[in-house]
Amino acid sequence: MGRSIYSSMLEVKDLEVIVGGRKILDGVNLRIDPGETCVLLGPNGSGKSTLLQAIVGNPTYQITGTIFFKGEDITQMPTNERIKRGLGISFQHPPAVRGVKLLDVMEEMHGDGEKIEEMAERMGLGDFLERDLNLGFSGGELKRSEMVQLLTLQPDLVLLDEPDSGVDVENLELIGEVINEILKRSSKPRFRNRSGLIITHMGSIMQYVKPDKGFVMLDGKIVCSGKPEELINQIKKNGYEGCMKCIN
Amino acid sequence: MYKLSLEFSKLDKKLREKALKAVDKKALYGEDVDLDRYGEGEKDLSSITNLNELDENERKALTDVGIQEENRSGSYLQFDNSVLLELQIQEGIEVMSIFKALEKYDWLKDYWWNAVAVDQDKFTAYSQLHEPMGYFIRAKPYIKSEFPVQSCLYIKSGGTVQNVHNIIVAEEGSELDVITGCAVGEKTEDALHIGISEFFVKRDATLSFTMIHSWGEGVAVRPRSAAIIEENGTFFSNYVNMRRTKSIQMYPTAYCVGKNSMARYSTVMVAREGSKIDIGSRSVLKAEGSKTEMISRAIGLGGEAYIRGDIEGEAEDVKGHLECRGLMLKDEGFIFSIPELKASLQNLDLSHEAAIGKIAEDEIFYLMTRGLSAEEATAAIVRGFLNVETKGLPKALDEEMRKTIEASLSSML
Repeated sequence: MGRSIYSSMLEVKDLEVIVGGRKILDGVNLRIDPGETCVLLGPNGSGKSTLLQAIVGNPTYQITGTIFFKGEDITQMPTNERIKRGLGISFQHPPAVRGVKLLDVMEEMHGDGEKIEEMAERMGLGDFLERDLNLGFSGGELKRSEMVQLLTLQPDLVLLDEPDSGVDVENLELIGEVINEILKRSSKPRFRNRSGLIITHMGSIMQYVKPDKGFVMLDGKIVCSGKPEELINQIKKNGYEGCMKCIN
Repeated sequence: MYKLSLEFSKLDKKLREKALKAVDKKALYGEDVDLDRYGEGEKDLSSITNLNELDENERKALTDVGIQEENRSGSYLQFDNSVLLELQIQEGIEVMSIFKALEKYDWLKDYWWNAVAVDQDKFTAYSQLHEPMGYFIRAKPYIKSEFPVQSCLYIKSGGTVQNVHNIIVAEEGSELDVITGCAVGEKTEDALHIGISEFFVKRDATLSFTMIHSWGEGVAVRPRSAAIIEENGTFFSNYVNMRRTKSIQMYPTAYCVGKNSMARYSTVMVAREGSKIDIGSRSVLKAEGSKTEMISRAIGLGGEAYIRGDIEGEAEDVKGHLECRGLMLKDEGFIFSIPELKASLQNLDLSHEAAIGKIAEDEIFYLMTRGLSAEEATAAIVRGFLNVETKGLPKALDEEMRKTIEASLSSML
């Protein structure tokens, strides 16, 4: 993997997360190296989204355990500080923010005006810059809006929560292209320094983005890791029930 | 004081009789005000030729409500009940004190208490019975104001009732933008502002009226205003009040009497602790094809806010929509949203939406994942909530409204 001054991009140790009184994550351990892109597989409700939001610091979560990002303990850090250090996330269901324009947040992320317009055009969102963030966006528009924001932010570690759900083939191809670009997947592995963690339900994004590693999450724990293609084939064949049998 | 014409004196006598019958008539809304507590303040302050002659505090108070030296097509400045400045700059746009205008134009008496009823309540009655001062602003036919005309009503002396009666006329085919800033002196406690404003928007004319209120915690404010809009005429009313004010009660009314006329209101208010705010917008659609839109935003910061809205459809093919949104930023005080629609025939389309809520945590978190701090995210959401679309407003006035909102943002969070 890529050379870097830090040995791991992300290291999650014994992470437990309680949301609204319910334990969602139950001792997660995870490591992502610089330049490495991983997929996170798992059934609905297994805790995948919670893990991503815990990594960026959802303030409503009760957390124990430790999260290291580029070697620094960020467990208690406010979300925006984590973003400044190079984290970025796209949401599966981003909320609509009335009165705040897409352009406002893109400008906030330090993109210059011309470039913002260019990126928005490329993502088919040229007319959306002046619109309220996510308000009345279609499913595909939401995904593209999340992507264009990540393009502006250019994070070192990209967390993607189901970038492929509810997206048609053309949009999926565009989204895959942008993810590869942000992650610099076209560079030779040893020159890559961006990392990714992608939640995918059925693996359709993997037609376009070829991850290095896969994790399977069940009941708030990471139970398995391996080659992404092999994992997804097993899951397609035997379902997550197969995973449960395999680990027990 | 200017002399009244004989004819006007006769009219005045009739009005006086009507007013006398209403001196004890309480207003329908808002807390009652004891009018006997107030004196008439300064009536003979000497006039000035430019704003630099004011002292620094006064100048700052005026700047905060959009009053400036440059880029205006005319200026009117009233302190208490004295006219300090009446300045016409653009050819075809008249700006003068109301009594000068009544003396100059005989026809103006037909406009006096034409849109607002003199016996509406004790405040209108008081105004008529106590020699009001005020301004007359008029765009002559087919004249377009290059810059906004500004007027400023300032209360300097404590214990004063500032009694204002204004007439604003946009003649046929004209386009007139007016900004009014209202403010008080730093040490002005316990005052009352009564402001009668009558707007006349003639055929094919457009009138935008932007009012920025910056009264103090001891000031009771009772504007009484109405607009009469003729065929294809458009009236825009924009209002901002971000400061703590003892009490404000107003319910401006737009009468769309001409075919395809239009009235649009944008109202932005903050109810701070100790404020009692009761602000409505009413449109009466009396002519075929007339339209109205109303947008109100209220922030609850411990004070009391009533947001009223009323659309009355009385003609074929009229259309109206009313939107009230409230944002509660404290657990004290209240926002009471009262939208009303009244239809008296079949072929029309009236609607309203009202919503009151808090700032959603998931929205703040989302914005934080875009790099904003919690405070910045909150400010962005509040700013977004208050930045209502101000269609038809010249850019400079739109910026003025935004500037006023921006200036008070930090004090809300």
